[in-house]
Amino acid sequence: MSMFWTIWISVITLGLIIGCYFLLRWCLSNKTGVAEGESMGHEFDGIEELNNQLPRWWTIMFYMTIVWGFLYLALYPGLGSYEGILGWKSSNQNIQSLEESAQARIDAKEQGYIVEYDRELDFAAEKFDPIFEAYAQVPVEELAKDPEANKVGQRLFLQNCSQCHGSDARGQNGGFPNLTDNDWLYGSSGAKIVETLTLGRKAAMPAWLDAMGEDGIEEVVNYVLSLSGRDVDPQLAEAGKARFAVCAACHGMDGKGNQALGAPNLTDNIWLYGGSHRAVTETLTYGRNGVMPSFKKTLGDDKIHVVAAYVYSLSND
Amino acid sequence: MKNAHELIEKNVGLLTILILVAISFGAMVQITPLMFQQQTMEPVKGLRPYTALELEGRDIYIREGCVGCHSQMIRPFRAETERYGHYSVAGESVWEHPFLWGSKRTGPDLARVGGRYSDEWHRVHLLNPRNVVPESNMPGFPWLAENTLDGELTAKKMEVFRGFGVPYTDEDIAGAKAAVKGKTEMQALIAYLQSLGTHLK
Repeated sequence: MSMFWTIWISVITLGLIIGCYFLLRWCLSNKTGVAEGESMGHEFDGIEELNNQLPRWWTIMFYMTIVWGFLYLALYPGLGSYEGILGWKSSNQNIQSLEESAQARIDAKEQGYIVEYDRELDFAAEKFDPIFEAYAQVPVEELAKDPEANKVGQRLFLQNCSQCHGSDARGQNGGFPNLTDNDWLYGSSGAKIVETLTLGRKAAMPAWLDAMGEDGIEEVVNYVLSLSGRDVDPQLAEAGKARFAVCAACHGMDGKGNQALGAPNLTDNIWLYGGSHRAVTETLTYGRNGVMPSFKKTLGDDKIHVVAAYVYSLSND
Repeated sequence: MKNAHELIEKNVGLLTILILVAISFGAMVQITPLMFQQQTMEPVKGLRPYTALELEGRDIYIREGCVGCHSQMIRPFRAETERYGHYSVAGESVWEHPFLWGSKRTGPDLARVGGRYSDEWHRVHLLNPRNVVPESNMPGFPWLAENTLDGELTAKKMEVFRGFGVPYTDEDIAGAKAAVKGKTEMQALIAYLQSLGTHLK
Protein backbone atom coordinates (compact mmCIF):
# COMPACT_ATOMS: atom_id res chain seq x y z
CA MET A 1 0.00 0.00 0.00
CA SER A 2 1.33 3.38 -0.94
CA MET A 3 2.45 6.00 1.56
CA PHE A 4 -0.47 8.22 0.65
CA TRP A 5 -3.08 5.65 1.65
CA THR A 6 -1.21 4.73 4.79
CA ILE A 7 -1.27 8.36 5.88
CA TRP A 8 -4.89 8.70 4.78
CA ILE A 9 -5.98 5.72 6.88
CA SER A 10 -3.80 6.63 9.87
CA VAL A 11 -4.90 10.24 10.05
CA ILE A 12 -8.60 9.44 9.80
CA THR A 13 -8.48 6.45 12.16
CA LEU A 14 -6.33 8.02 14.87
CA GLY A 15 -8.06 11.37 14.45
CA LEU A 16 -11.43 9.74 15.01
CA ILE A 17 -10.31 7.93 18.15
CA ILE A 18 -8.91 11.15 19.57
CA GLY A 19 -12.09 12.87 18.42
CA CYS A 20 -14.12 10.32 20.37
CA TYR A 21 -12.16 11.24 23.49
CA PHE A 22 -12.96 14.93 23.11
CA LEU A 23 -16.58 14.18 22.25
CA LEU A 24 -16.88 12.19 25.46
CA ARG A 25 -15.26 14.96 27.50
CA TRP A 26 -17.58 17.48 25.93
CA CYS A 27 -20.64 15.37 26.68
CA LEU A 28 -19.59 15.01 30.29
CA SER A 29 -19.82 18.74 31.01
CA ASN A 30 -23.18 20.29 31.76
CA LYS A 31 -24.28 22.62 28.97
CA THR A 32 -28.00 22.51 29.44
CA GLY A 33 -28.39 25.39 31.82
CA VAL A 34 -30.20 23.09 34.18
CA ALA A 35 -28.64 22.15 37.48
CA GLU A 36 -27.57 18.57 37.89
CA GLY A 37 -30.34 16.27 39.05
CA GLU A 38 -33.03 18.79 38.20
CA SER A 39 -35.82 18.28 35.68
CA MET A 40 -35.18 19.08 32.04
CA GLY A 41 -38.74 20.23 31.81
CA HIS A 42 -40.32 17.32 29.99
CA GLU A 43 -42.91 15.35 31.79
CA PHE A 44 -45.18 12.61 30.61
CA ASP A 45 -47.55 10.73 32.88
CA GLY A 46 -45.44 11.69 35.84
CA ILE A 47 -42.22 10.47 34.23
CA GLU A 48 -39.63 13.24 34.09
CA GLU A 49 -36.33 13.53 32.30
CA LEU A 50 -33.73 14.66 34.79
CA ASN A 51 -30.41 16.21 33.85
CA ASN A 52 -28.12 13.41 34.98
CA GLN A 53 -24.46 12.79 34.17
CA LEU A 54 -23.52 9.87 31.95
CA PRO A 55 -23.18 6.82 34.24
CA ARG A 56 -19.66 6.50 35.61
CA TRP A 57 -19.26 2.79 34.78
CA TRP A 58 -20.27 3.52 31.20
CA THR A 59 -17.86 6.45 30.96
CA ILE A 60 -15.00 4.32 32.25
CA MET A 61 -15.75 1.64 29.71
CA PHE A 62 -15.73 4.26 26.97
CA TYR A 63 -12.26 5.36 28.05
CA MET A 64 -11.18 1.73 28.08
CA THR A 65 -12.30 1.22 24.48
CA ILE A 66 -10.20 4.23 23.49
CA VAL A 67 -7.14 2.76 25.19
CA TRP A 68 -7.93 -0.63 23.61
CA GLY A 69 -8.19 1.01 20.20
CA PHE A 70 -4.68 2.46 20.45
CA LEU A 71 -3.27 -0.81 21.80
CA TYR A 72 -4.87 -2.82 19.01
CA LEU A 73 -3.60 -0.48 16.32
CA ALA A 74 -0.09 -0.70 17.79
CA LEU A 75 -0.06 -4.51 17.97
CA TYR A 76 -1.94 -5.49 14.80
CA PRO A 77 -1.82 -4.31 11.18
CA GLY A 78 -4.62 -1.76 11.16
CA LEU A 79 -2.99 1.37 9.81
CA GLY A 80 -2.23 0.99 6.11
CA SER A 81 1.08 -0.67 5.46
CA TYR A 82 2.12 -0.57 9.14
CA GLU A 83 2.51 -4.21 10.13
CA GLY A 84 2.05 -4.03 13.89
CA ILE A 85 4.43 -4.92 16.71
CA LEU A 86 3.35 -8.58 16.75
CA GLY A 87 3.98 -9.13 13.03
CA TRP A 88 0.60 -10.86 12.82
CA LYS A 89 -1.25 -11.69 9.59
CA SER A 90 -4.37 -13.75 9.04
CA SER A 91 -3.09 -15.31 5.82
CA ASN A 92 -0.74 -14.68 2.91
CA GLN A 93 -3.22 -12.91 0.66
CA ASN A 94 -0.84 -11.27 -1.73
CA ILE A 95 -0.18 -14.29 -3.94
CA GLN A 96 -0.66 -14.94 -7.64
CA SER A 97 -0.19 -18.72 -7.82
CA LEU A 98 -0.07 -21.85 -5.64
CA GLU A 99 3.70 -21.80 -5.97
CA GLU A 100 3.82 -18.28 -4.57
CA SER A 101 1.50 -19.37 -1.80
CA ALA A 102 3.92 -22.10 -0.72
CA GLN A 103 6.84 -19.68 -1.01
CA ALA A 104 5.01 -17.01 0.97
CA ARG A 105 4.57 -19.49 3.79
CA ILE A 106 8.30 -20.19 3.92
CA ASP A 107 9.20 -16.51 3.63
CA ALA A 108 6.80 -15.47 6.39
CA LYS A 109 8.35 -18.03 8.70
CA GLU A 110 11.88 -16.83 7.93
CA GLN A 111 10.91 -13.22 8.49
CA GLY A 112 9.31 -14.04 11.82
CA TYR A 113 5.70 -13.21 10.97
CA ILE A 114 2.86 -14.88 12.80
CA VAL A 115 0.53 -16.03 10.03
CA GLU A 116 -2.59 -17.31 11.73
CA TYR A 117 -3.55 -19.69 8.93
CA ASP A 118 -0.05 -21.14 8.59
CA ARG A 119 0.10 -21.60 12.34
CA GLU A 120 -3.15 -23.54 12.19
CA LEU A 121 -1.67 -25.78 9.49
CA ASP A 122 1.50 -26.30 11.52
CA PHE A 123 -0.44 -27.33 14.61
CA ALA A 124 -2.46 -29.78 12.54
CA ALA A 125 0.64 -31.13 10.80
CA GLU A 126 2.36 -31.73 14.13
CA LYS A 127 -0.68 -33.56 15.44
CA PHE A 128 -1.85 -35.53 12.41
CA ASP A 129 1.16 -36.01 10.11
CA PRO A 130 2.75 -38.71 12.30
CA ILE A 131 -0.53 -40.64 12.25
CA PHE A 132 -0.86 -40.49 8.47
CA GLU A 133 2.83 -41.25 8.01
CA ALA A 134 2.49 -44.35 10.18
CA TYR A 135 -0.55 -45.44 8.15
CA ALA A 136 1.37 -44.88 4.93
CA GLN A 137 3.90 -47.53 6.02
CA VAL A 138 1.20 -50.21 6.24
CA PRO A 139 0.02 -51.79 2.98
CA VAL A 140 -3.55 -50.90 2.03
CA GLU A 141 -4.73 -54.51 2.45
CA GLU A 142 -3.36 -54.62 6.01
CA LEU A 143 -4.50 -51.13 6.95
CA ALA A 144 -8.05 -52.09 5.93
CA LYS A 145 -8.18 -54.30 9.04
CA ASP A 146 -7.35 -51.38 11.37
CA PRO A 147 -10.63 -50.05 12.83
CA GLU A 148 -9.06 -46.71 13.81
CA ALA A 149 -7.70 -46.14 10.31
CA ASN A 150 -11.07 -47.07 8.84
CA LYS A 151 -12.77 -44.46 10.99
CA VAL A 152 -10.40 -41.85 9.60
CA GLY A 153 -10.90 -43.22 6.11
CA GLN A 154 -14.67 -43.12 6.46
CA ARG A 155 -14.56 -39.47 7.53
CA LEU A 156 -12.52 -38.59 4.47
CA PHE A 157 -14.81 -40.69 2.31
CA LEU A 158 -17.94 -38.93 3.56
CA GLN A 159 -16.34 -35.57 2.93
CA ASN A 160 -14.94 -36.25 -0.52
CA CYS A 161 -16.46 -39.35 -2.09
CA SER A 162 -20.03 -39.68 -0.82
CA GLN A 163 -21.38 -37.08 -3.24
CA CYS A 164 -21.10 -39.65 -6.03
CA HIS A 165 -20.71 -43.01 -4.31
CA GLY A 166 -23.23 -42.33 -1.54
CA SER A 167 -22.65 -42.05 2.18
CA ASP A 168 -23.08 -45.83 2.42
CA ALA A 169 -20.65 -46.30 -0.51
CA ARG A 170 -23.29 -48.27 -2.41
CA GLY A 171 -23.11 -45.91 -5.37
CA GLN A 172 -25.92 -44.55 -7.50
CA ASN A 173 -27.42 -45.63 -10.75
CA GLY A 174 -26.06 -43.52 -13.58
CA GLY A 175 -22.40 -44.42 -13.52
CA PHE A 176 -21.46 -44.09 -9.86
CA PRO A 177 -20.22 -47.54 -8.86
CA ASN A 178 -21.15 -49.43 -5.75
CA LEU A 179 -17.93 -49.87 -3.75
CA THR A 180 -19.17 -52.54 -1.38
CA ASP A 181 -19.96 -55.42 -3.76
CA ASN A 182 -16.45 -56.66 -4.54
CA ASP A 183 -17.06 -56.02 -8.24
CA TRP A 184 -14.23 -53.92 -9.61
CA LEU A 185 -13.89 -51.99 -12.83
CA TYR A 186 -10.18 -51.20 -12.60
CA GLY A 187 -8.89 -53.83 -10.20
CA SER A 188 -9.39 -54.78 -6.58
CA SER A 189 -5.85 -54.59 -5.22
CA GLY A 190 -4.87 -51.82 -2.84
CA ALA A 191 -2.43 -50.50 -5.40
CA LYS A 192 -5.15 -50.28 -8.07
CA ILE A 193 -7.54 -48.46 -5.73
CA VAL A 194 -4.78 -45.99 -4.85
CA GLU A 195 -4.13 -45.52 -8.57
CA THR A 196 -7.81 -44.83 -9.24
CA LEU A 197 -7.95 -42.26 -6.47
CA THR A 198 -4.68 -40.61 -7.40
CA LEU A 199 -4.99 -40.32 -11.17
CA GLY A 200 -8.74 -40.55 -11.60
CA ARG A 201 -10.36 -42.61 -14.37
CA LYS A 202 -11.95 -41.80 -17.67
CA ALA A 203 -14.19 -44.49 -19.09
CA ALA A 204 -15.09 -44.41 -22.76
CA MET A 205 -17.94 -46.58 -23.99
CA PRO A 206 -18.43 -45.50 -27.61
CA ALA A 207 -21.83 -44.82 -29.16
CA TRP A 208 -22.84 -47.61 -31.55
CA LEU A 209 -25.87 -46.10 -33.24
CA ASP A 210 -24.01 -45.18 -36.42
CA ALA A 211 -22.08 -48.42 -36.68
CA MET A 212 -24.83 -50.89 -35.77
CA GLY A 213 -28.11 -49.13 -36.47
CA GLU A 214 -31.12 -49.53 -34.24
CA ASP A 215 -31.78 -53.10 -35.26
CA GLY A 216 -28.21 -54.12 -34.68
CA ILE A 217 -28.27 -52.54 -31.24
CA GLU A 218 -31.47 -54.41 -30.40
CA GLU A 219 -29.72 -57.67 -31.28
CA VAL A 220 -26.66 -56.91 -29.20
CA VAL A 221 -28.81 -55.82 -26.25
CA ASN A 222 -30.55 -59.17 -26.34
CA TYR A 223 -27.25 -61.00 -26.42
CA VAL A 224 -25.73 -58.90 -23.61
CA LEU A 225 -28.76 -59.47 -21.39
CA SER A 226 -28.55 -63.20 -22.06
CA LEU A 227 -25.01 -63.21 -20.63
CA SER A 228 -26.38 -62.61 -17.15
CA GLY A 229 -29.09 -65.21 -17.60
CA ARG A 230 -31.98 -62.96 -18.56
CA ASP A 231 -34.92 -64.06 -20.69
CA VAL A 232 -34.32 -62.79 -24.21
CA ASP A 233 -35.39 -63.44 -27.76
CA PRO A 234 -33.03 -66.31 -28.71
CA GLN A 235 -32.96 -65.41 -32.39
CA LEU A 236 -32.04 -61.80 -31.76
CA ALA A 237 -29.48 -62.87 -29.18
CA GLU A 238 -27.91 -65.27 -31.67
CA ALA A 239 -27.62 -62.44 -34.21
CA GLY A 240 -26.24 -60.18 -31.47
CA LYS A 241 -23.57 -62.72 -30.64
CA ALA A 242 -22.17 -62.34 -34.13
CA ARG A 243 -22.02 -58.58 -33.69
CA PHE A 244 -20.46 -58.89 -30.24
CA ALA A 245 -16.98 -59.32 -31.74
CA VAL A 246 -16.47 -55.55 -31.77
CA CYS A 247 -17.61 -55.37 -28.12
CA ALA A 248 -15.20 -58.16 -27.25
CA ALA A 249 -12.26 -55.88 -27.96
CA CYS A 250 -12.87 -54.34 -24.55
CA HIS A 251 -15.36 -56.60 -22.78
CA GLY A 252 -13.67 -59.85 -23.83
CA MET A 253 -15.06 -62.69 -25.93
CA ASP A 254 -16.78 -64.12 -22.87
CA GLY A 255 -18.11 -60.66 -21.85
CA LYS A 256 -16.34 -60.82 -18.52
CA GLY A 257 -14.78 -57.42 -19.02
CA ASN A 258 -11.21 -56.17 -18.80
CA GLN A 259 -9.89 -54.37 -15.76
CA ALA A 260 -6.93 -52.94 -17.65
CA LEU A 261 -9.42 -50.87 -19.67
CA GLY A 262 -12.10 -50.51 -17.02
CA ALA A 263 -14.50 -52.45 -19.23
CA PRO A 264 -17.25 -53.85 -17.02
CA ASN A 265 -18.06 -57.51 -16.64
CA LEU A 266 -21.36 -58.01 -18.52
CA THR A 267 -22.14 -61.43 -17.09
CA ASP A 268 -22.61 -60.65 -13.41
CA ASN A 269 -25.92 -58.76 -13.40
CA ILE A 270 -24.26 -55.72 -11.77
CA TRP A 271 -25.11 -52.65 -13.84
CA LEU A 272 -23.44 -49.27 -13.73
CA TYR A 273 -26.12 -47.50 -15.77
CA GLY A 274 -29.07 -49.78 -15.12
CA GLY A 275 -29.79 -53.29 -16.35
CA SER A 276 -33.21 -52.73 -17.86
CA HIS A 277 -33.65 -53.43 -21.55
CA ARG A 278 -34.13 -49.72 -22.08
CA ALA A 279 -31.07 -48.66 -20.08
CA VAL A 280 -28.76 -51.08 -21.86
CA THR A 281 -30.15 -49.92 -25.20
CA GLU A 282 -29.40 -46.33 -24.23
CA THR A 283 -25.86 -47.26 -23.21
CA LEU A 284 -25.20 -48.91 -26.54
CA THR A 285 -26.90 -46.21 -28.60
CA TYR A 286 -25.29 -43.12 -27.12
CA GLY A 287 -22.26 -44.51 -25.30
CA ARG A 288 -21.16 -43.67 -21.77
CA ASN A 289 -18.32 -41.57 -20.48
CA GLY A 290 -17.91 -42.13 -16.78
CA VAL A 291 -15.39 -39.93 -14.99
CA MET A 292 -13.70 -40.49 -11.69
CA PRO A 293 -11.88 -37.24 -10.78
CA SER A 294 -8.31 -37.26 -9.53
CA PHE A 295 -7.97 -36.64 -5.80
CA LYS A 296 -4.23 -36.14 -5.69
CA LYS A 297 -4.50 -32.40 -5.24
CA THR A 298 -7.43 -32.50 -2.85
CA LEU A 299 -6.27 -35.26 -0.53
CA GLY A 300 -2.57 -35.89 -1.11
CA ASP A 301 -0.89 -39.30 -1.11
CA ASP A 302 -1.11 -40.10 2.59
CA LYS A 303 -4.83 -39.47 2.87
CA ILE A 304 -5.52 -41.30 -0.39
CA HIS A 305 -3.79 -44.29 1.18
CA VAL A 306 -6.19 -44.24 4.15
CA VAL A 307 -9.28 -43.74 1.96
CA ALA A 308 -8.13 -46.60 -0.27
CA ALA A 309 -7.86 -48.83 2.80
CA TYR A 310 -11.39 -47.89 3.85
CA VAL A 311 -12.74 -48.63 0.36
CA TYR A 312 -10.85 -51.91 0.32
CA SER A 313 -12.33 -52.85 3.69
CA LEU A 314 -15.88 -52.40 2.35
CA SER A 315 -15.50 -55.40 0.06
CA ASN A 316 -13.06 -57.43 2.13
CA ASP A 317 -14.31 -57.82 5.68
CA MET B 1 -24.63 27.79 22.04
CA LYS B 2 -26.46 26.81 25.15
CA ASN B 3 -27.48 23.25 24.34
CA ALA B 4 -26.03 22.11 21.05
CA HIS B 5 -26.97 18.53 21.61
CA GLU B 6 -30.62 19.43 21.88
CA LEU B 7 -30.40 20.84 18.37
CA ILE B 8 -29.49 17.38 16.99
CA GLU B 9 -32.02 15.59 19.14
CA LYS B 10 -34.87 17.71 17.88
CA ASN B 11 -33.90 17.85 14.21
CA VAL B 12 -34.21 14.49 12.42
CA GLY B 13 -32.80 15.80 9.14
CA LEU B 14 -29.66 17.07 10.80
CA LEU B 15 -29.35 13.83 12.77
CA THR B 16 -29.58 11.79 9.54
CA ILE B 17 -26.92 13.87 7.83
CA LEU B 18 -24.55 13.62 10.78
CA ILE B 19 -25.07 9.84 11.00
CA LEU B 20 -24.21 9.51 7.29
CA VAL B 21 -21.08 11.59 7.85
CA ALA B 22 -20.07 9.37 10.78
CA ILE B 23 -20.61 6.16 8.77
CA SER B 24 -18.77 7.50 5.73
CA PHE B 25 -15.59 7.80 7.79
CA GLY B 26 -15.62 4.00 8.03
CA ALA B 27 -16.04 3.67 4.28
CA MET B 28 -13.26 6.18 3.65
CA VAL B 29 -10.85 4.07 5.66
CA GLN B 30 -12.05 0.56 4.78
CA ILE B 31 -13.28 0.76 1.19
CA THR B 32 -11.70 3.69 -0.63
CA PRO B 33 -8.03 2.56 -0.33
CA LEU B 34 -8.91 -0.93 -1.64
CA MET B 35 -10.06 0.56 -4.93
CA PHE B 36 -6.55 1.81 -5.56
CA GLN B 37 -4.63 -1.21 -4.32
CA GLN B 38 -2.47 -3.22 -6.67
CA GLN B 39 -3.33 -6.40 -4.80
CA THR B 40 -7.05 -6.15 -5.48
CA MET B 41 -6.64 -5.30 -9.15
CA GLU B 42 -3.94 -7.74 -10.29
CA PRO B 43 -5.24 -11.05 -11.66
CA VAL B 44 -3.69 -14.32 -10.51
CA LYS B 45 -1.27 -15.77 -13.05
CA GLY B 46 -3.60 -18.40 -14.50
CA LEU B 47 -6.70 -16.20 -14.74
CA ARG B 48 -8.57 -16.13 -18.04
CA PRO B 49 -11.91 -14.47 -18.80
CA TYR B 50 -15.02 -16.65 -18.84
CA THR B 51 -15.77 -18.20 -22.22
CA ALA B 52 -19.04 -17.17 -23.85
CA LEU B 53 -20.73 -20.34 -22.60
CA GLU B 54 -19.38 -19.93 -19.08
CA LEU B 55 -20.51 -16.33 -19.04
CA GLU B 56 -24.06 -17.39 -19.94
CA GLY B 57 -23.83 -20.08 -17.25
CA ARG B 58 -22.85 -17.43 -14.74
CA ASP B 59 -25.97 -15.45 -15.59
CA ILE B 60 -28.07 -18.57 -15.04
CA TYR B 61 -26.32 -19.05 -11.72
CA ILE B 62 -27.40 -15.53 -10.83
CA ARG B 63 -30.93 -15.96 -12.23
CA GLU B 64 -31.61 -19.15 -10.29
CA GLY B 65 -30.38 -17.55 -7.07
CA CYS B 66 -27.62 -20.08 -6.43
CA VAL B 67 -25.72 -17.39 -4.56
CA GLY B 68 -28.46 -17.43 -1.91
CA CYS B 69 -27.33 -20.85 -0.66
CA HIS B 70 -23.79 -21.23 -2.01
CA SER B 71 -20.88 -18.97 -1.18
CA GLN B 72 -17.82 -18.65 -3.43
CA MET B 73 -15.34 -17.58 -0.81
CA ILE B 74 -13.02 -20.00 0.95
CA ARG B 75 -11.75 -18.34 4.09
CA PRO B 76 -8.21 -18.95 5.36
CA PHE B 77 -9.18 -21.51 7.99
CA ARG B 78 -7.93 -25.06 7.92
CA ALA B 79 -11.47 -26.33 8.50
CA GLU B 80 -12.41 -24.79 5.15
CA THR B 81 -9.28 -25.40 3.11
CA GLU B 82 -9.24 -29.12 4.04
CA ARG B 83 -12.65 -29.42 2.47
CA TYR B 84 -12.62 -26.90 -0.37
CA GLY B 85 -9.00 -26.30 -1.29
CA HIS B 86 -6.71 -23.25 -1.15
CA TYR B 87 -8.35 -20.17 0.32
CA SER B 88 -9.68 -17.60 -2.11
CA VAL B 89 -7.41 -14.69 -2.99
CA ALA B 90 -8.19 -11.23 -4.31
CA GLY B 91 -6.55 -11.83 -7.69
CA GLU B 92 -9.13 -14.47 -8.58
CA SER B 93 -12.04 -12.03 -8.42
CA VAL B 94 -10.68 -9.06 -10.36
CA TRP B 95 -12.87 -9.75 -13.39
CA GLU B 96 -16.01 -10.58 -11.42
CA HIS B 97 -18.79 -8.03 -11.95
CA PRO B 98 -20.56 -8.34 -9.65
CA PHE B 99 -18.67 -10.81 -7.47
CA LEU B 100 -20.68 -13.80 -6.24
CA TRP B 101 -18.87 -14.41 -2.94
CA GLY B 102 -22.19 -14.77 -1.15
CA SER B 103 -22.60 -14.87 2.59
CA LYS B 104 -24.81 -17.89 3.16
CA ARG B 105 -23.89 -21.54 3.10
CA THR B 106 -26.94 -23.73 3.10
CA GLY B 107 -25.04 -25.80 0.57
CA PRO B 108 -21.27 -26.11 0.30
CA ASP B 109 -18.92 -23.39 -0.91
CA LEU B 110 -18.41 -23.52 -4.68
CA ALA B 111 -15.32 -21.34 -5.06
CA ARG B 112 -13.27 -24.37 -6.22
CA VAL B 113 -15.92 -26.79 -7.38
CA GLY B 114 -14.41 -26.82 -10.90
CA GLY B 115 -13.14 -30.30 -11.76
CA ARG B 116 -14.33 -31.70 -8.48
CA TYR B 117 -17.16 -33.69 -10.08
CA SER B 118 -17.76 -34.97 -13.61
CA ASP B 119 -20.04 -33.12 -16.03
CA GLU B 120 -22.38 -36.08 -15.87
CA TRP B 121 -22.56 -35.82 -12.08
CA HIS B 122 -23.52 -32.16 -12.36
CA ARG B 123 -26.20 -33.00 -14.93
CA VAL B 124 -27.79 -35.70 -12.79
CA HIS B 125 -27.39 -33.58 -9.67
CA LEU B 126 -28.98 -30.48 -11.17
CA LEU B 127 -31.94 -32.45 -12.51
CA ASN B 128 -32.63 -33.82 -9.07
CA PRO B 129 -29.91 -33.65 -6.41
CA ARG B 130 -31.34 -36.61 -4.54
CA ASN B 131 -30.51 -38.88 -7.45
CA VAL B 132 -26.89 -38.76 -6.36
CA VAL B 133 -27.00 -37.34 -2.83
CA PRO B 134 -30.06 -38.75 -1.01
CA GLU B 135 -29.44 -36.48 2.00
CA SER B 136 -29.49 -33.28 -0.10
CA ASN B 137 -32.08 -30.56 0.45
CA MET B 138 -31.16 -28.66 -2.71
CA PRO B 139 -34.02 -28.12 -5.15
CA GLY B 140 -33.86 -29.68 -8.61
CA PHE B 141 -33.53 -27.50 -11.71
CA PRO B 142 -34.91 -29.76 -14.45
CA TRP B 143 -35.92 -26.91 -16.76
CA LEU B 144 -32.26 -26.06 -17.36
CA ALA B 145 -31.99 -29.14 -19.57
CA GLU B 146 -34.97 -28.04 -21.65
CA ASN B 147 -34.20 -24.34 -22.18
CA THR B 148 -31.80 -23.55 -24.97
CA LEU B 149 -29.78 -20.39 -25.39
CA ASP B 150 -30.12 -18.19 -28.46
CA GLY B 151 -26.97 -16.16 -27.77
CA GLU B 152 -28.59 -12.90 -28.85
CA LEU B 153 -27.14 -10.92 -25.96
CA THR B 154 -23.93 -12.84 -25.31
CA ALA B 155 -21.72 -10.58 -27.41
CA LYS B 156 -23.22 -7.50 -25.82
CA LYS B 157 -22.59 -8.86 -22.35
CA MET B 158 -18.97 -9.51 -23.25
CA GLU B 159 -18.62 -5.96 -24.55
CA VAL B 160 -19.96 -4.63 -21.27
CA PHE B 161 -17.45 -6.77 -19.40
CA ARG B 162 -14.70 -5.47 -21.66
CA GLY B 163 -15.74 -2.01 -20.55
CA PHE B 164 -15.00 -3.15 -16.99
CA GLY B 165 -11.49 -4.11 -18.04
CA VAL B 166 -11.98 -7.82 -18.77
CA PRO B 167 -9.61 -8.60 -21.67
CA TYR B 168 -12.04 -10.03 -24.23
CA THR B 169 -10.68 -9.89 -27.75
CA ASP B 170 -12.71 -8.88 -30.81
CA GLU B 171 -12.61 -12.53 -31.88
CA ASP B 172 -14.10 -13.65 -28.56
CA ILE B 173 -16.96 -11.24 -29.01
CA ALA B 174 -17.50 -12.04 -32.68
CA GLY B 175 -17.68 -15.76 -31.97
CA ALA B 176 -19.82 -15.43 -28.85
CA LYS B 177 -23.19 -16.07 -30.41
CA ALA B 178 -22.05 -19.12 -32.34
CA ALA B 179 -20.41 -20.51 -29.22
CA VAL B 180 -23.60 -20.58 -27.16
CA LYS B 181 -26.43 -20.82 -29.69
CA GLY B 182 -28.38 -24.05 -29.32
CA LYS B 183 -26.62 -25.08 -26.12
CA THR B 184 -28.88 -25.83 -23.16
CA GLU B 185 -28.83 -23.72 -20.03
CA MET B 186 -27.70 -26.89 -18.26
CA GLN B 187 -24.57 -27.08 -20.44
CA ALA B 188 -23.83 -23.42 -19.82
CA LEU B 189 -24.22 -23.70 -16.06
CA ILE B 190 -22.07 -26.83 -15.91
CA ALA B 191 -19.38 -25.13 -18.00
CA TYR B 192 -19.43 -22.23 -15.57
CA LEU B 193 -19.27 -24.49 -12.50
CA GLN B 194 -16.41 -26.52 -13.97
CA SER B 195 -14.37 -23.33 -14.40
CA LEU B 196 -14.75 -22.13 -10.83
CA GLY B 197 -11.55 -21.83 -8.85
CA THR B 198 -9.40 -23.58 -11.43
CA HIS B 199 -7.31 -20.51 -12.27
CA LEU B 200 -5.15 -20.40 -9.18
CA LYS B 201 -2.46 -22.85 -10.25
